[in-house]
Amino acid sequence: MDYEFHWNVVFQNIPQLLNGAFVTLHVSVLAMLLGVVIAILLAIAKMNNSKPFCYVATVWVEIARNTPALFQIYMAYFGLGAFGIHLSPYLAVLCALVFINAGYLTETFRGGFQSIPSTQYSASKSLGMTSIQTYRYIILPQMLRRIYHPMTNQFVWSILMSSLGILVGMSELSGTTQRLQSLSFRTLEFFIVAAVMYFVITKLVLFGSSLLARRLFKGEI
Amino acid sequence: MNSLFTPLSWSDSGLILTGIWNTVTISVVAILVGTFLGLIVGFARAESNKTVNILFGSVLDVLRSVPLIIQLILFSTLVGAMGSPLAPFVAGSIVLSLYTMAFMSEVFRSGFESVSPSMQTAARSLGMTKWQTIYHIRLPIGLRAVFPSWLGVALSVIKDSALVSVIGYMELLRTSEQLISRTQQPLEILIGVGIFYFIISYPLSHYGRYVERKMAI
Repeated sequence: MDYEFHWNVVFQNIPQLLNGAFVTLHVSVLAMLLGVVIAILLAIAKMNNSKPFCYVATVWVEIARNTPALFQIYMAYFGLGAFGIHLSPYLAVLCALVFINAGYLTETFRGGFQSIPSTQYSASKSLGMTSIQTYRYIILPQMLRRIYHPMTNQFVWSILMSSLGILVGMSELSGTTQRLQSLSFRTLEFFIVAAVMYFVITKLVLFGSSLLARRLFKGEI
Repeated sequence: MNSLFTPLSWSDSGLILTGIWNTVTISVVAILVGTFLGLIVGFARAESNKTVNILFGSVLDVLRSVPLIIQLILFSTLVGAMGSPLAPFVAGSIVLSLYTMAFMSEVFRSGFESVSPSMQTAARSLGMTKWQTIYHIRLPIGLRAVFPSWLGVALSVIKDSALVSVIGYMELLRTSEQLISRTQQPLEILIGVGIFYFIISYPLSHYGRYVERKMAI
């Protein structure tokens, strides 16, 4: 292989890449937070008996789970234009990730909620707990334990999927890489560094989440 | 009014059908190759000792923690720099298959490990050879247990195949993007594309959940 690696230009641009990595983290944290809030609402709607809410939640979940992430991003970026809504690349990726996160997490939350037997509600009622106390001390701690790992996975997934921003011109890690490599033509070097950065970010997130889990659940998970 | 853009017409259906066909082809190739490799790697990991396992595991870890889109760009640039550029379909299939393999091997490993060792002991004491134990006991029981997870990975591969467009493979989403830039009718085209993915994915994911429910004890 007669390809000469030139790393200098990459190292000069490390600050810009780190900026991109920050945007990546930024968009995925935001997508996760909003996704969790919407997913809680959707999960409540789905377990509710009132038909229209349940219907909306089901449609949301099925569309989010059964179409590609890239399709959602194109839909947010190009598709919404038909309604006169023109989102910036950042907002388009954010909307798409929130949409998908909410869809996947709804099922996670619903599963976690239903995995707690209803006898526990009756038991805590008969102990004289109010319903706020029941949720605070009995239901939510157990639920959190069950949904913790799926939620971590979803977060890692959204970090990886935010890389699709490259296709709509967003300036997160891969978008920045794309821009920098088109200025210097050191495609291979730039993308190797980006790959390493993604790897490190994912590993750090997983490590942090296992530390947090150890603190939260005292080792029993 | 004359316009630079030509609206969507029936003559575009050929292009869309090609896109659909390409999406289906690359997904099928990646699922088949990925399943086959994943079966081998998963079995090797379930069998092997700790050192080999960690070695295998870290390689697969890289495949799972670097975005697919970066892997695709890196691989196609790398083979290009080595002086023998591959066709987008070939490069895309290789990367997507390896990516699938990383997930499949994990699925199959848990399947093989779910078959209790006492069953193998029983099979051996019945006079089965090691190969017979694998073929008649571990494979059928282990594989049946992980079928829903396998289906889940296969479905995500169909959806991830959309990313192969980044190295120039004309799959469905890329053809639709080209049609959008010609016709300026993003909504109609994208909804059509979404319906196509949905029609493939929805029944299969429901079937997976149905099987999972049925197998639950």
